[in-house]
Amino acid sequence: MTEALLQVRALNLHFSGARTAHVLRDFSLDLAAGEVLGLLGESGSGKSAMLRALLRLHAPQNTRLSGHIHVAGQDVLALQGAALRQYRGGVVSLVFQEAASALDPVYTIGQQMVQAIRAHHAVGQAEATRQALDLLDRVRIPQARRRFDAYVHELSGGMRQRAMIALALACKPRLLLADEPTTALDATVQIQILLLLRELQQEFGLAVIFVTHDIAAAVEVADRVAVMYAGRLVEQGALAEVVQRPRHPYSAQLLASTVHAAHKGAPLPAIPGAPPDLSLPLSGCAFAPRCAHASARCHSEQPPFAWHGAHALACWNPLAEPAAAAPARAGAL
Amino acid sequence: MNTPPDTVHQDRGGPAQPLLQVHKLKKYFPVRTGGWLRQPSYVHAVDEVSFSVAKGQTLGIVGESGCGKSTTARLVARLLPPDGGKLVFDGEGVAEFRGLALRDFRRNLQMVFQDSYASLNPRLTAAQSIAFGPRVHGVTAHAAQQLAESLLARVGLEPRQFAARYPHELSGGQRQRVNIARALAFDPRLLILDEAVAALDKSVQAQVLNLLQELKAERALTYLFISHDLHVVHYLSDQVMVMYLGQVVEIGPVRRIYDTPQHPYTRALLSATPSLDPARRTLQPPLQGDPPNPIDPAPGCRFRTRCAHAQAVCQERAPELLPCGDAPSHQVACHMQQPGSGHSQAVAVPEFVPMALATGGHA
Repeated sequence: MTEALLQVRALNLHFSGARTAHVLRDFSLDLAAGEVLGLLGESGSGKSAMLRALLRLHAPQNTRLSGHIHVAGQDVLALQGAALRQYRGGVVSLVFQEAASALDPVYTIGQQMVQAIRAHHAVGQAEATRQALDLLDRVRIPQARRRFDAYVHELSGGMRQRAMIALALACKPRLLLADEPTTALDATVQIQILLLLRELQQEFGLAVIFVTHDIAAAVEVADRVAVMYAGRLVEQGALAEVVQRPRHPYSAQLLASTVHAAHKGAPLPAIPGAPPDLSLPLSGCAFAPRCAHASARCHSEQPPFAWHGAHALACWNPLAEPAAAAPARAGAL
Repeated sequence: MNTPPDTVHQDRGGPAQPLLQVHKLKKYFPVRTGGWLRQPSYVHAVDEVSFSVAKGQTLGIVGESGCGKSTTARLVARLLPPDGGKLVFDGEGVAEFRGLALRDFRRNLQMVFQDSYASLNPRLTAAQSIAFGPRVHGVTAHAAQQLAESLLARVGLEPRQFAARYPHELSGGQRQRVNIARALAFDPRLLILDEAVAALDKSVQAQVLNLLQELKAERALTYLFISHDLHVVHYLSDQVMVMYLGQVVEIGPVRRIYDTPQHPYTRALLSATPSLDPARRTLQPPLQGDPPNPIDPAPGCRFRTRCAHAQAVCQERAPELLPCGDAPSHQVACHMQQPGSGHSQAVAVPEFVPMALATGGHA
């Protein structure tokens, strides 16, 4: 990865205040331009907090963010004022899970898009309107002209998600962060949005970080997959590598416990226990208490996140190359 | 078990009697639109839905949001009064003259909802929540507390650690276990699970699904399992019912629905489910657009607006839910499956020829 668009190094995020938590722990990540990364993890693993940290959306009074974030050569943690506003949306933009609460209910879709475009580019009302309509067309909103003047509550779930994607792309970002954009949608609509994201990504040459807890959704869009646990990356590699031959016990068990057709009639291989409390300090590997392969070293010493060729792993006892836990899922369903 | 001594929970109809029979259940919600002179419109949330659940079986109900699956559950639980239709529980009509009293019926049936936090009283501890129902029905405080603790232990929550915790002190998976324990406090015979595992993380979801399977075997429970996740429904169900805009489009044994789906909507739903195989990514969405508005649906087949096979007959007449092929238990509401319906792709009269499965969605 010589010309990384995004470079995150040793990022630490602490929440202070009434409840404290160490949410990101020495988090490092690289992303090339035009690459799609699927970031997998369960709730509380820090994946959404990471996306918000990339945009510096956490309130500074009760968060402590340290480390390095470089996007397209800019030092993100040093940005202030107008430069930060240009960066948000202009270089990196975010698509949320809940389109209904992410879009402003008192402005029409068109007004929000025109406002965003004019805040970032020196264009007139007519030109901004033309660009916005063009984008609504590109995200396959039928009757774009009518939807341009619609309020959020007048759109269906899938249509809202399309409108939010159009808004996120309005200022021509280079990196799109998608925070579970399809989780709240029906399966038939989810697949439409996933295919749309894939198509737009190629058309605009976007880099995308697609955060999800649904492995199946990541499989549809990602080139590379990273698995997060308790604020750290535990495994990273090419999509097929990680999904079919996971080497970290957590990735393997997460994949194995995902319900699919082959499980019918047998108990599911569930991961015992629950994720750790992030308000407490962790010694050793965070997954060790739930791991069947844990040794004494796992409980005392933190495994480093090390690269083995194109595959990276933070584990003292990784599974052998052809992982036994990866089930054959040809033609699941 | 410390359930109150009574006859409410006894098997009355024998093993061959379905535990629950639903006949032409109907619920229309009025909506106000436009001026006062306009005719009121109705959301046809549940429109003549009929099905039955055999004892000890799991019926999975699937469909997109707005198809009426949750309304069906609420009608069955009598949380909503139906606008029409009949409910027969173990051979006895519910809330009918000389039938089963509503109060007794409700003790036979419990429900677990999707939102584990909203369905628990924030001011009651886990043990108090579980003991609340039995207390209301006359169990002594001590016995109810003991029952609550044994149920907590059964659902995998150590009573000494969890009995005194409030909902906000529990994780999502733990709260859903408390909800399940609370539902079991009445020793019900039918458990309605309305998206009960949808909000849980995958690893926790697997734990809760395993728990549900164990409890079902242990207590001879019957489940009505509602979910939009087809993988989970496949895993848990014996029978599957597919709903679209308030109507049943296909119902049958889980194997037949998943292996040889007959309704175009069922096929679209199945192929919209991502395959988890990087080499077999979906290339074409099987359906375009969102589910249509259920307000005053047009006559004819309700799926025709999104169906690739729609013809004139689909607009003229609504297809009936009829047995298809060689299995009478597999029913489908599609003109293409009904000989002589007037659809050009309708099956031939005597011999049943299964249609080629829709594989078009995958590479």
